[in-house]
Amino acid sequence: MANTSLRGLRIAITGGTSGLGLALVRRLVEAGADVAFIARRRSGIERVGQQYPDAHGIVGDVSQKDEIHPIAIQVLGALGGLDVLVNNASSLGPVPLALLADTECEDLDRAFATNVLGPFRLTRALLGSLAATAREGGVPLVVNISSDAAVTPYAGWGAYGASKAALAHLSRIWDVELAAEGIRTVSIDPGDMDTPLHELAVPDADRSSLKSPDQAAAEIIELIVARAARTPEPEATR
Amino acid sequence: MIPAAVAVQRPPDARLMVVDASGQVVHKRRADFPALVRSRDLVIANDAATLPASLSGTHLATGSPIELRLAGRRSLLPQHIDTFKAVAFGAGDFRTPTESRPLPPPFSVGDSLQLGPLRAVVRTILEHPRLIEVRFEGSAQKIWEGLARHGRPIQYSYLSDPLALWDTWTTIASRPVAFEPPSAGFLLDWRLVDSLRARGATFATLTHAAGISSTGDARLDAMLPLAEAYEIPARTADAIDAVRQRNGRIIAVGTTVVRALEDAAAYDGCVRAGRAVATLTIGPFTQLRIVDALVTGQHEPGTSHYELLRAFHDDSVLRRTLAEAEMRAYRTHEFGDSLFIVRRSPSAGTITATSDIRRGPLSEPASDSDRTAGRSG
Repeated sequence: MANTSLRGLRIAITGGTSGLGLALVRRLVEAGADVAFIARRRSGIERVGQQYPDAHGIVGDVSQKDEIHPIAIQVLGALGGLDVLVNNASSLGPVPLALLADTECEDLDRAFATNVLGPFRLTRALLGSLAATAREGGVPLVVNISSDAAVTPYAGWGAYGASKAALAHLSRIWDVELAAEGIRTVSIDPGDMDTPLHELAVPDADRSSLKSPDQAAAEIIELIVARAARTPEPEATR
Repeated sequence: MIPAAVAVQRPPDARLMVVDASGQVVHKRRADFPALVRSRDLVIANDAATLPASLSGTHLATGSPIELRLAGRRSLLPQHIDTFKAVAFGAGDFRTPTESRPLPPPFSVGDSLQLGPLRAVVRTILEHPRLIEVRFEGSAQKIWEGLARHGRPIQYSYLSDPLALWDTWTTIASRPVAFEPPSAGFLLDWRLVDSLRARGATFATLTHAAGISSTGDARLDAMLPLAEAYEIPARTADAIDAVRQRNGRIIAVGTTVVRALEDAAAYDGCVRAGRAVATLTIGPFTQLRIVDALVTGQHEPGTSHYELLRAFHDDSVLRRTLAEAEMRAYRTHEFGDSLFIVRRSPSAGTITATSDIRRGPLSEPASDSDRTAGRSG
């Protein structure tokens, strides 16, 4: 069933060359979706591009304002439109993790640039396309990858947690405001996963206790399918 | 009129000149635009995002620096990204008015151009030595990447600062296919779109690859607008049918919307969904079949935009609007003030179609069912 509903769905994923992003790319390509994935390093884009030649790799850094529109142009050039945007690229802030009181402003800045401003800018740049999808009868969706650190104040996770909390709240406000355009926004906590990001944060974690990114990807895709399969609501008349 | 020199899409003091069906002129604030829209109306905007269509580089045979401005494409399909019509300029940048720029070297078919990471070959010299067709080498993905990273938005010498790409994207910008911004759409933001629906009107879009507006060369400018690819979604075609049945008006946001809709209807008066290339040039002898009103910028005589206005009203009315615009120092160009023009009513003494089912209700004076349209702002 999942395969049928994902076929041809146009999906862009930031941070698509490792961890959860890579697992999403793999599962979505296999399900027949039309996938664009974005990452900072060309080497990663080329490696994943060789594995999944049908997916469209785009080099870009969502934390950089000047790169947002070039990324958006390439996403829309590759896919011709957009149904789902997954803002997955994340920054921990200070590595190794630091107490908030020990966090350098530059590290906090980087966490917010990647985890809040980047998703905000990229979503804004792609909003016109998502709204066009809705006007044409589709059910566009923005998925923002969040964390339990956005809710629980874990010591040492200040930059990451505060920025993910901002992203989660941004998602809620956008979901309310964009309902009139037919665009839904969700924030998802995929759980603690065995990813390169987690290894940077907690190098001595017991990996067997961590969720596989593939399982988290499967859960997110289930949500995308559930949303995309929904009958579009009639045009808002408020 | 004076050029608007700062790239602000929605300046709070932007003005809107309103010309109603009888040719009467009133002055409003641009923020009043939604109040001109009635509950049965359909507002159609161009949702094309703007490509960074200015590519700097080198004509390899002579080593001369050139700027290539992409200006046309055969369709909006993402994979049709290798071949473009383009206008070439010689050395220099936007700070030099286009009419003072040096000429590019003479082109021959087969010449190679290096444009940042992109390599292109001249395929055809078109109707003017500076109007060429080029073909980019490499995969569609590589071409999109090269355009996105190396291209810059086409710049305007009347602006004080260079335009960033985000300055050229309207709020509703979707697929990047326009060569210059469909700038009438700058007046739209999401709140305004919402307010149109709140008034009971319908908002719809089409996608039209707006071409370049001026080249600084009289012979080239006389060829404008070039053929422009467009696409009309099925929902928009349906909305046009629905609004015609309920005797609402079709309000175009921008001249590109007028061109796409009238081109689509040129065959039999019906707008069908799908892709096409607009070749229709709209002027004083064009009978508008679809569009009832247009919101656009302030245009000067001699431009193709001004010629298009001549399909809405006769020259005496347009001369009066120009005089008003001069007297009140309306701002022209992409980031300037706006004009809302309702096409003349048949009673104004002009020839119009009689078989058109919308004709009766549309010939009502604009103020008839709109409490605000006739009121001076």
